[in-house]
This record gives sequence, C-alpha cells and structure tokens, in this order.
Amino acid sequence: MEEKKRKIGVYICHCGGNISDHVDVEEVRRRIEKEYGVTVAKTSMFTCSDASQNEMMKDIQEQGLDGMVVASCSPKLHLTTFRNLSTRAGLNPFQYVQVNIREQCSWAHSDDHQGATCKAANLVGAGIEKALRQEALQPIRVTSVKRVLVIGAGIAGLRAAIELADLGVEVFVVEREARTGGWVAELGEMFPAGKVGSELAASLLAEARKRPNVTLFLNAELAEKSGHIGEFELAIRVRPPGLAEETVRIQVGAMLVTTGFAEYEPKPGEYAFGQPGVVTLSQFEKLLQEGDGRLLHQGREVRTVAFIYCVGSRQCGEGEDLNRWCSRFCCSAACHQAVLAAKRFPGLRSYHFYRDMRTYGKFETIYEEAGKTGSVFLRFHEERPPRVERDGDSLRVVVQDLLTGGDEVALEADLVVLVTGMTARANDALTRVLKLPLGADRFYNEIHPKLRPVETVIDGVYIAGACQGPKNAGESVVSSLAAVAKAAALLIKGYVDLQPFVAYVRADVCTWCGKCQPACPYGAIEKVAYGDKEVARVIDVLCKGCGACLPPCPVDATQLKGYTDGQVEAMIDVLAREAEHER
Amino acid sequence: MSEFKPRILVFSTDNVSDPGIDLAGRNKMHYPASVFVVSLPCSSGVKPRWIVRAIDRGFDGVFIAADGSDCSLVPDCTRRTAATVAAAQALLKERSLEPARVKMAAVCSVCAESFQKHMAAFSEALRKLGPSQRGPAGSVAGRG
Ligand SMILES: Cc1cc2nc3c(=O)[nH]c(=O)nc-3n(C[C@H](O)[C@H](O)[C@H](O)COP(=O)(O)OP(=O)(O)OC[C@H]3O[C@@H](n4cnc5c(N)ncnc54)[C@H](O)[C@@H]3O)c2cc1C
Repeated sequence: MEEKKRKIGVYICHCGGNISDHVDVEEVRRRIEKEYGVTVAKTSMFTCSDASQNEMMKDIQEQGLDGMVVASCSPKLHLTTFRNLSTRAGLNPFQYVQVNIREQCSWAHSDDHQGATCKAANLVGAGIEKALRQEALQPIRVTSVKRVLVIGAGIAGLRAAIELADLGVEVFVVEREARTGGWVAELGEMFPAGKVGSELAASLLAEARKRPNVTLFLNAELAEKSGHIGEFELAIRVRPPGLAEETVRIQVGAMLVTTGFAEYEPKPGEYAFGQPGVVTLSQFEKLLQEGDGRLLHQGREVRTVAFIYCVGSRQCGEGEDLNRWCSRFCCSAACHQAVLAAKRFPGLRSYHFYRDMRTYGKFETIYEEAGKTGSVFLRFHEERPPRVERDGDSLRVVVQDLLTGGDEVALEADLVVLVTGMTARANDALTRVLKLPLGADRFYNEIHPKLRPVETVIDGVYIAGACQGPKNAGESVVSSLAAVAKAAALLIKGYVDLQPFVAYVRADVCTWCGKCQPACPYGAIEKVAYGDKEVARVIDVLCKGCGACLPPCPVDATQLKGYTDGQVEAMIDVLAREAEHER
Repeated sequence: MSEFKPRILVFSTDNVSDPGIDLAGRNKMHYPASVFVVSLPCSSGVKPRWIVRAIDRGFDGVFIAADGSDCSLVPDCTRRTAATVAAAQALLKERSLEPARVKMAAVCSVCAESFQKHMAAFSEALRKLGPSQRGPAGSVAGRG
C-alpha cells in the first residue's frame, strides 16, 4: 500500500448533542482507534470550536500527523474550516477527510441509535481508509474575471452593484421589470428614519448610473449559464417592450442573486379578503401616499382602520406548505404606517389586532409611538383569530381580546388592513438555470445560516436580501454587502484556487486505446509519447474532475485524485463490513 | 438471524444529490441505517467494477443517486450513468446475481423526500430478492 506508515488523527464530534444524542461517539472512537494508521483518536463537544481546533493543530505538529479525519457535519459546512486548520498546522489540506455523521447519520437515523452508531463507525473507518491513501496535493489555479452579475435590482441588488463598482469590479445588473428599486421604489416614508422609499430607490439608481463600470439591463433575465466560479459564461435575454428580443453573452467570475420576495396574497375569503374595504399592507401603504387631507378608499372616507396582524405568517397547524415563519418587517411596518396615518389624518382611529408584537430591537420605539398617537391594541390567541363580518356597508371585526381577559369585542371599521407577510417570489426559471437549492419555505437556501450566510452550494453564486428569507430593507442591505465582500474577495485576487482532485493517467498501464479522449467533456485528454509507446495524459487546468474518463478505460489507467480505485474500493470494503451484532 | 435489513451502497454526488441527502437528514426524514453513502464529483465517474465489488463484499444493492439533468459537469450525464448501470448489471449476471440489485435515479439538491422514498422502495425490492449471494458465479456464500 503506502511506503511509510501514515499517521492519521481522527476527531469525532458530539456537535453539542446533534450527533451524540443519537450516536454513541465514544463507542465509535473505541471501534476505530485500533485501525491501521490511526495515531490519535479523540471525541470533542464541538470540533469546530477554537479550543478543539487548537488541540488538533497541536496534535498535527507534535505527533507529526500526515492525515486527518473529522467526523462531524456535512462537508458543505466545515470542509473549508478544517482544510484551513490543516494548512495553518502544516498538514497538506487535501490530506484532510471530512466524514458526515450528522446530516447523513445521526439526524437521518435519530430513530435507530444502535444502527446510527454502527453506521457512524463504518463511515469513520471508510474516511480513515481514504486518508491513508491520500497523497499531498497542490491546488490548481484558474484566473477569475473581475466581473459580477447581480440578478435583481431591488435595494439589495442596487446597493451591491454600487459597492462592487467602487471596489473596481465590473458589474452587470439584470432586472426583470422595466424599472429598478423593487418594493422600495413603491414605498412612501419608511421605518426607521422616515426616508421616502421611492426617493431612496431613485438615488440608488442615480448612484449606480454614475459609475461607468455598472451596466444595467432592464426587462432582462438570465437565460443560460455554463462554466464555473471564476469564469461563468452567461446569456442574458433582454426583451425591450415593442422591440426585438436580444441575447447578450457575458463572462463573469461570480453572481449575486438579489431577487427579493412576494407579498403574501390572502386566500379568497381569508379575513373577508376580496370584499370591498379589505386590503393588504402594501395596498394600504399606497392609500396613505395618495390620501390628500382625507384618507380615502374607493371614494369613501376612512375614519376607522382595523389592522389584523400575522396574515400569511406564523401559520400553525398541520400541513406541508404552511408559512411557518415570522415575516419580521410587518409588525414594525404596520405600527409605522399607523403613526404616519395618525399624523396625516388627525382624528383617524387605528385598532391593531395582533398575536405578539415583534417590533424588535430599535423598532420598539415605533410601537411606543403608535400607542402615543392613539393606536389601540387588542391581542388575540393564534387559535382564535379575529372574524371579519360585513354588515351592510360597514365591516365589523370581532375578537376575543386577551388583554381584557378574553372578552369578546366587536368593532366597526371602514377599512380592514391585513398585515400581510413575505413569501418567496416565484422564480422557477432562474432557479433552474442556476440550480439553486430552495428551503422547505421556498426561499433560497444559504450553506449555513450562521457561518456561511450568503454562500450557496453553487460555488461563486451568492444570495442576499429578501430572496433568502424575510428581511427589512436595512437587513437586506447588510446581507447584500456581505455578499459583496465574499464576491470581491474572490475576484480581486484575480484567481481562484480550484480543488486539485483532477484525473491522471497511470502511464505505465496505459496502452492508448483512445477511449478516454472522447469521453472527456472538456477536451482535457491528449496523446503523448511515453518511452516507446503512446499514452493518454490529462491537462490539469482543463480537467474539472468529473471522472467521466474513468468508466471507459479497459485497464483502469485513468484515475481520479481523491477517488482512486484504491481509495474507493477500500472505502467500499469497510462500509460493507458488518458489526458482530448485525449478523 | 435477525430480520433481514438490506445493506445499500449509495453513490451520491458532491454538488447535486449529496445536498439532497443532507436535506433529508436535516429534516429528520428517516431511512434505514443500513444505507451508506459515498460521494463522488459526478455520477458519470462511477465505475462498474466498484458496483460489483460492493455486491461482492456484502452489499445487497447499489443505488446511484445520479446528477440527472442538474449535472453541471457532464452534459449527457444521465446517458453515461445509465451505461455504467447496464455494464454493472451485465457483470452481475455473469456471476448469477440479479441485475435488479443495481438501480439509479436522479436525486436533485432538494430531493430529500424523493431520496427517502427511493430508499424505502429499494429496500423493499431487495428484501424480496433476499440477501445477495456473494462471490463468483456458483459459490453461494452465506451471510456473516
Ligand atoms: C408594504 C411594505 C412596506 C414595507 N415597509 C418597509 C419599511 O418601512 N422599512 C423597511 O426597512 N422595509 C420595509 N419593507 C420591506 C422591504 O420592502 C424589503 O426589505 C426590501 O424590498 C427587500 O429588498 P430586496 O432587494 O431584497 O427585494 P425586492 O425589493 O423584492 O427587489 C427584488 C428585485 O429583483 C427583481 N427580480 C426578481 N426576480 C428576478 C429575476 N429572475 N431576474 C431579474 N430580476 C428579478 C425584482 O423585479 C425586484 O426589482 C416593506 C415591505 C412592504 C411589502
């Protein structure tokens, strides 16, 4: 096998209890500690904690480890963390192997502790076999073009475009609509600070336009994508109204997805939605902006408004596609609109039917101000939501008010405002082109909500703003600037280090039958002389490491680094092994 | 012998099916703990000899959670993976083993539910076939 006996360090993570509640990690450690090549075998409450990382670094240096296995979560989360740790400690980062015993073991088998423990031991064993056969590798560098595509020109996208341009990156922005600004462009005075949304959107557009390195495509969508991080080849479809459709081809190094959200659309009849006098939050916002001296709805003056909160948010009960999330912005937005309404239309009465008041952080003062400007608050239980009844020309809201001991209160209102939440915007075509994963809530999914909040599983594609989940405007911009930092850090370097797990040819075995060459989708295989015979050779930078050249080779001369026959077969052998009690 | 739990080897792919399988775990969607996943860059890289080896060494079935049309590496990934499955099935037949022990289906990065269903259905199919008879044709090796 290998000439010199390898020294492998194995670390098994409790992940708080996420793993150890279902997998006996000590038992796993006992089962693998005697495996060939294992020099260190430890368990840790959190392998990703600073203390554990320091201990691993110390082990690498003091014990002279030349391979490491961490059995914890999905490689999507911490592969990079531990590779970086390896580099810092002087271990070749590609001799580190991540074993997933959380998503693919403890969580998937939380109903079978013994099965999960046996499986974890086998998975770790397979990881050790892989590490034993992993040579040191150097990354392959590809140039990255200093250009970014921003998809969606709402506040998140525009703000990102400006910032990227100022960092010296060339920016393309595609916006599906005929105008930029997203939802913010429609808004009047916004919370907090009271800036007018439409003015804010206009000033962002003006700023973007000032920059020569920003190109904006309106009525446009991303139609095709190929290539990879550093060098994506894209086709943008532009459909100017009344003009011929046009396809523009560009090359970018990274992409930001800032496609925003849709307002929840109440079902017909939900709180009498569809009847005159019942509107959504955004419809009310428009009435506020239009109202001149008097608040009017369909020609009639509104003197009493009833706000009903959590419409389309925090839905409870049974069912797959309920909107279980809190939409974050709406408590603050509704209170803010009530304050504006009270100031603009003296004498207007506002009644708020709410579940919990979530004017979190600094927005608490908006709630306070609403109270001071005459808003009255009535609290309902999630299982006893208010009823909206129509009585001739007027509407009545009936609720059991928890604040007055559950008394039934009935209230006449000229206008009922449903405080509608955020839902994912329908974006099937884009999702398909980018192959972006959606969460169960249908918003785009980041790799990790805390540690990698704007990255996706597609390298070089970042998400930001409300397309990720409910966010107010400020929060949307915070995430878009985070995505800017990630994208710029990648592109300004001018290169991306790609994984060195590429194919190679065992020249001694190869007899050039020519089968691998047409099997390679990237033209990465050439014929070269080797002694007095001809053999295949892999051109590193062209190889994407797909392994498509492996099956056609009749003599197993083509091999893929990190997935050699030796590695894969040794892993299969260990995984096939059954523990005593399983037989 | 306790109840027969078919041992299944799954070849998944780093960027497409593996995230889908992760999602199943994240959502606590259970499937048998006798399902083991080895992740590769792309299902076009699975070698027939690996599949045969898995059965030889004691797996009752091999499932390729293929990239399908989501593959960002190989345009005709599905066709190639299907060819690998056919080649492996031919090798199994030479050893008097049932070709139905190899199965492929596309599993996308959010296909948690479909993965769970595939595992249930494949386990059931393998239970009906019974434990694999390992070793070269003719030598019917028992389990354990
Ligand atoms: C009634 C109402 C009042 C609000 N009031 C406030 C407030 O006072 N304060 C506050 O902080 N927040 C408020 N918000 C929330 C605020 O609107 C959002 O936080 C903000 O709009 C999110 O910005 P975004 O850029 O992520 O998304 P969006 O504003 O939704 O912009 C997304 C953009 O992407 C485009 N797009 C979508 N799909 C594609 C595609 N496939 N290709 C190209 N382009 C695409 C869209 O056309 C749109 O222009 C309010 C929201 C509503 C509904």
